[in-house]
Amino acid sequence: MQPGALSKALKNGAIWGFIVLELIFFSVAGEFLSLSDKAFMDFENMLLLLKQSAPIGIIAMGMTIVMVNGNIDLSVGATFAIAAIVLLDSMTWPIFAGLGDWVIPVAWLLALTVGTLLGALNGLIVWKTGVDAFIVTLGSMLGYRGIVFMFNGENPTSHLNWTLVDFAEAQFLGLHTATWFLLAVTLAIWFLMARTVHGRNAYAIGDNRDAAVNAGIRVGPHMMVNFAIIGFLAALSAVVFYSESGSVNPNDGQLYELWVITAVVLGGTKITGGAGSVIGTFGGVIAIQLLRKGLGHIGADTSTVNLVIGLILIAVLFLDRQLNVKGKEELKV
Amino acid sequence: MPETSQHAQNPREGMMATLSKEQIGRVLAKQGILIAFAIFLVAFTIANPKFLSVDNVFSVVRSSAILGVMALGVTFVVISGNLDLSVGSMMSFSTIVVLDLHDTLGPLLAIPAMFAMTMALGALIGFLVGYLRLNSLIVTLGMLSAIHGLTLTYSGGQNMDIADKEGTWFGVFGQGSALGIPVPILIFALLAALLGLVLGKTPFGRKIYAVGGNGTAATFSGIRRARTVFSCYLISSACVATAGLMQASRSLGSQNTVGQGLELEVLAAVILGGASLMGGSGTIFKTVIGVLILGFIQNGLLLLGLQFYVQFVVTWVIIILAVWLDIAAKRGKLWSPIA
Repeated sequence: MQPGALSKALKNGAIWGFIVLELIFFSVAGEFLSLSDKAFMDFENMLLLLKQSAPIGIIAMGMTIVMVNGNIDLSVGATFAIAAIVLLDSMTWPIFAGLGDWVIPVAWLLALTVGTLLGALNGLIVWKTGVDAFIVTLGSMLGYRGIVFMFNGENPTSHLNWTLVDFAEAQFLGLHTATWFLLAVTLAIWFLMARTVHGRNAYAIGDNRDAAVNAGIRVGPHMMVNFAIIGFLAALSAVVFYSESGSVNPNDGQLYELWVITAVVLGGTKITGGAGSVIGTFGGVIAIQLLRKGLGHIGADTSTVNLVIGLILIAVLFLDRQLNVKGKEELKV
Repeated sequence: MPETSQHAQNPREGMMATLSKEQIGRVLAKQGILIAFAIFLVAFTIANPKFLSVDNVFSVVRSSAILGVMALGVTFVVISGNLDLSVGSMMSFSTIVVLDLHDTLGPLLAIPAMFAMTMALGALIGFLVGYLRLNSLIVTLGMLSAIHGLTLTYSGGQNMDIADKEGTWFGVFGQGSALGIPVPILIFALLAALLGLVLGKTPFGRKIYAVGGNGTAATFSGIRRARTVFSCYLISSACVATAGLMQASRSLGSQNTVGQGLELEVLAAVILGGASLMGGSGTIFKTVIGVLILGFIQNGLLLLGLQFYVQFVVTWVIIILAVWLDIAAKRGKLWSPIA
């Protein structure tokens, strides 16, 4: 075995080991503590878990690319809310009145386009001004959220289209629509990151930007494309979620960026860029959702969930540090 | 610095060159935030003469004071090359704690007890980031969530209110005034002056710049990096505790989420003031300017009759422009060299 292989294997498998631990713990603890007599590992319950992970999970796939690339996006929650408003509001526009149910794909397309453009705008600013992505997206988080509020004040925007609700609530091969979207996005982004030149370049840029430039990789356009992808995925997440719920509050999606980043970091992606995997992120998303659901199952309230997730995040960082003591000096954010 | 050395060869030419377009641009960009602030104030005053009236200025500064006090502490953290995303939920924590203890321990004991608890959290973060050298973004992100959970557990999810709102002197920190000046403004000003002196005029302050500018070099110069970072987080949590005290005192009752989202607004103010997220630059004075800009923008747009939410969009544009001009001045080129 090569030196470091053990710690590498430990790290790659860690998130799945953690998930198994969670499953065992909540199943056993659930027997004693849960008020319902349903088992935690109930099949229906697990299907629901996958469905509930979809909104965060879909965005997390985009965040993985952006973070591997050495950037970060804090504006996803606001983009999510804008896309939701575009989706629900555009279905009531008079110009689309004659379309009948064909308004649905039009509204989807509009919402996804808006999300992609907002993401691309972030990317363009990062590229052309050279301002750190953290600051750019911190600013646009405020700006995009301001746009959300300017649209309808503090009031919710609602529109229920029953065809759409039926589609969103449908189950195909046992899995919910949202779950299919999550799986499809995971697969697509995995393919992008692991099997294409674009993905390889993203790792290269995140690992060592100067070296990537010297190797002839055009760093700017790559970053912009990746920001456009995360904008698209934030909009897709909104589209999937609000097709079912039909009503968006202007505060919706707040703190999503934090949940998403937590999932991505739990999944082993380096905040400094250059390392991380889509499959790991998928594990991170599942682990968080499992934790929320499991703690709920044994009767803990939201406060405990917040506390535990925060502490786990720090613990993971600490363990990672211990496993990497002889690794390279970590860069500053 | 090739340009400077060229100028040095011929001093007179150097003098002329300082007046070249590029150099003027550089000065403009360096003090740009102050100049922009001044232009902004004048323009808004012309649009609405009430804008710079004493009453209005007081009300703006007063409402920015809580955010401002937090920004002072975060300035220390940012200069030391780290981030603090936990100040918002930490502020909720201290507000809830001091309100609760007010009724059980009495205000005189509640305040030091709350300071101790908040600074214990700050010390924990300082330990994790300073001594264990964990990434500050993730640590404080985790603490954001954890402290929020702690607050909810502490309060049981309920709003916290002081039982006897009339019969307590506790309101003085948020509502009182001394010498005709509201107390929150006094606290903000005094704290800014004190921390400005600490940062600008003491060896400790210079160590913070050294650690943030180049941690490795600072370590080799015999500066105890871990300890310096630890102290910055301790100062930040003390500022947060002060802000929590002001918030609690102003409303004498609070929700669990009173500070939610403030961490990013605070950071926006600090960045607007020109502190670099890479560490090593920024001053208390500039942060105060950043806080005031945010406060005056909000107020000015409202006086113009614009929707409340327009300020967020304006803030977005201003933050990016401010940082962009700052780094453009440093690299001497407007557009980034990223290919």
